[in-house]
Amino acid sequence: MIDWKKYLIVFLITATLFLSASYLSNYFGGKKIGELQLIQDKIAIDILSSETQYALLSDLSCRNVSGTLLSGELAELGKKLEWGEENLGDSEEVRNLKRYYSLLEIKDYLLAKKISERCRVKSAFILYFYTTLEKCKECEREGLVLTALRDKYPELRVYSFDYSTDLSAVQSMLNIFKIEDTKLPALVIEDEVLTGFHSLEELETRVQESFKLQETKPEETQKK
Amino acid sequence: MSSISNIIFYIFIFSTVYAQVFLLVTFLENRKKIVIRKGSVKLSSYPAVTIVVPCWNEETTVEKTVDSLLALNYPKDKLKIFLIDDGSTDSTWGIISKFENYPNIKTFRKENGGKFTALNLGLENLKTDFFGGLDADSFADSESLVRIMSYFEKDPSVMAVAPSLIVHNSKTLIQSVQKIEYLMAVYFKKMLGLLGAIHVTPGPLTVFRKRVFDDLGPYRHAHSTEDMEIAYRMQKNNYKIEHCNDAYVYTSIPGTVRKLFRQRLRWIYGFINNTIDYRNVLFRKKYGDFSFFTLPAGIVSIFAVSFLLGRIFYNLGNFLYSKVVQYQTVGIHFTASLNNFDLFFISTKSFIFLEILIFSLVFLSMILGKQMVEGKWRPSWNMLYFLLIFSVIAPFWLLKAIYNTIISEKPAWR
Repeated sequence: MIDWKKYLIVFLITATLFLSASYLSNYFGGKKIGELQLIQDKIAIDILSSETQYALLSDLSCRNVSGTLLSGELAELGKKLEWGEENLGDSEEVRNLKRYYSLLEIKDYLLAKKISERCRVKSAFILYFYTTLEKCKECEREGLVLTALRDKYPELRVYSFDYSTDLSAVQSMLNIFKIEDTKLPALVIEDEVLTGFHSLEELETRVQESFKLQETKPEETQKK
Repeated sequence: MSSISNIIFYIFIFSTVYAQVFLLVTFLENRKKIVIRKGSVKLSSYPAVTIVVPCWNEETTVEKTVDSLLALNYPKDKLKIFLIDDGSTDSTWGIISKFENYPNIKTFRKENGGKFTALNLGLENLKTDFFGGLDADSFADSESLVRIMSYFEKDPSVMAVAPSLIVHNSKTLIQSVQKIEYLMAVYFKKMLGLLGAIHVTPGPLTVFRKRVFDDLGPYRHAHSTEDMEIAYRMQKNNYKIEHCNDAYVYTSIPGTVRKLFRQRLRWIYGFINNTIDYRNVLFRKKYGDFSFFTLPAGIVSIFAVSFLLGRIFYNLGNFLYSKVVQYQTVGIHFTASLNNFDLFFISTKSFIFLEILIFSLVFLSMILGKQMVEGKWRPSWNMLYFLLIFSVIAPFWLLKAIYNTIISEKPAWR
């Protein structure tokens, strides 16, 4: 009376549909990771090129260097990586990309520092340390503040580092600035370490004083 | 916690896809058997049929209902009509009294006792071998009865035949989307009929052999869904119920969300409680696909919708919370990412593809239903509106029905 074969066939069809969905998901996930890798490679080339340029022409005029310096795509990569961490699952590939991203940030940071010393210009940057290992509400809020700040002052560079990143270079950064995991989020502005949450107003005053940055009006940002 | 929720989520998605695929496979197996007959059907003999019209405050529609019965393409001497006023407080009795002089119409007036008591009064006075009901807000197509009776002629083991319900009044948006839902229901009903697994023999013009009631007894209150309980009882006794897709009965549907809510609450409450009453029918080989497919699919859908609603509220709560935190932290702030939209940020998690698949299967059900009723399958915007509107409001009557079952509060008829 009951057609068991049909129940089985329908089960197999449904399972196939499920597998197809998961295949599609993996396929597009892989494409996204590929896209991230492309951006990273481009940034790596940009940085390497700037470094080489810097080493080649030690007497290069400062204006030339600062113009070509530093990949503007770091921030975009950061955003995409953060999204990828939440949406592509906690895969080894994503973790590797994140490590690589941290490394690029450090290189970018070092280069910026070198250039600012040599050319005696103040590069505006903030180092930001947070954690994803445990629920850190203050980190989430600080992240929002920094995003808003960066939108307001496009010249400002924010280098963010996940405390739990398994990379010796990141660990060295933590040691240099004596960042402890109990005091996250932590910010470094002009070699001064600020721990805990700092509001937008507070950081804005700091940034304006330290770097003499001008606020960009929203219309101007869009034109750019 | 979220991983358990994810597992449950995927189990529900799997079951939903399974049920849809099951019906689709049934359709593909039987597609040649599903025909729409043009013109009138001839029977070798016309057995006598009694149609009972139970009325309770139906003054606006009952006359048209009776007219539709009088216009049926069926020999007048073989068709008996019982008009039963179940204690109406409006002018219903006055209206049906006008039909007293018709030779094949009999009128009854009784104290209000609920629809099942009116039907049972009809059963007590039944002299014919076939019995049907017609709700006083529904109108039978002139060819409907003869097409239904052809199923009994073709297969002597058929014990009841349900027609296709078509929406009579679709003025408001909420009615237009129900019209689509009813088309889809024709497809589901036909498939369940082919499987021998129908769980409801609706009030508008389902026709039974008298033997059903002789053997199994009269209608019961059955949580105000007597048309569902009798189908359960028939399934339990392996009585065959068919669905005649080209017998059309036009039925009036609720015009407001509030009325629709009350109607669906009664239906779902009836489904839950009749299923509880007949729980020993579940997963028993001898009860066939009714016990392995219809009931489990219904139960899973109730749980799935409740679960999904909970999940949606949870996600919505999280989203709103994050927005509140954002507002408190940096005020109103729009990030530049809104200006330059990037395909990268479109989610490609597997459930997105599965949801697209489910919506496509539901969409296909509507198309197939339309094909089965109207013979054409053109999609319409109302199909999209149906998905949008029902996925928002349906969870509420489901949850209320579960809630009412738990605190045992019976929903009102209207």
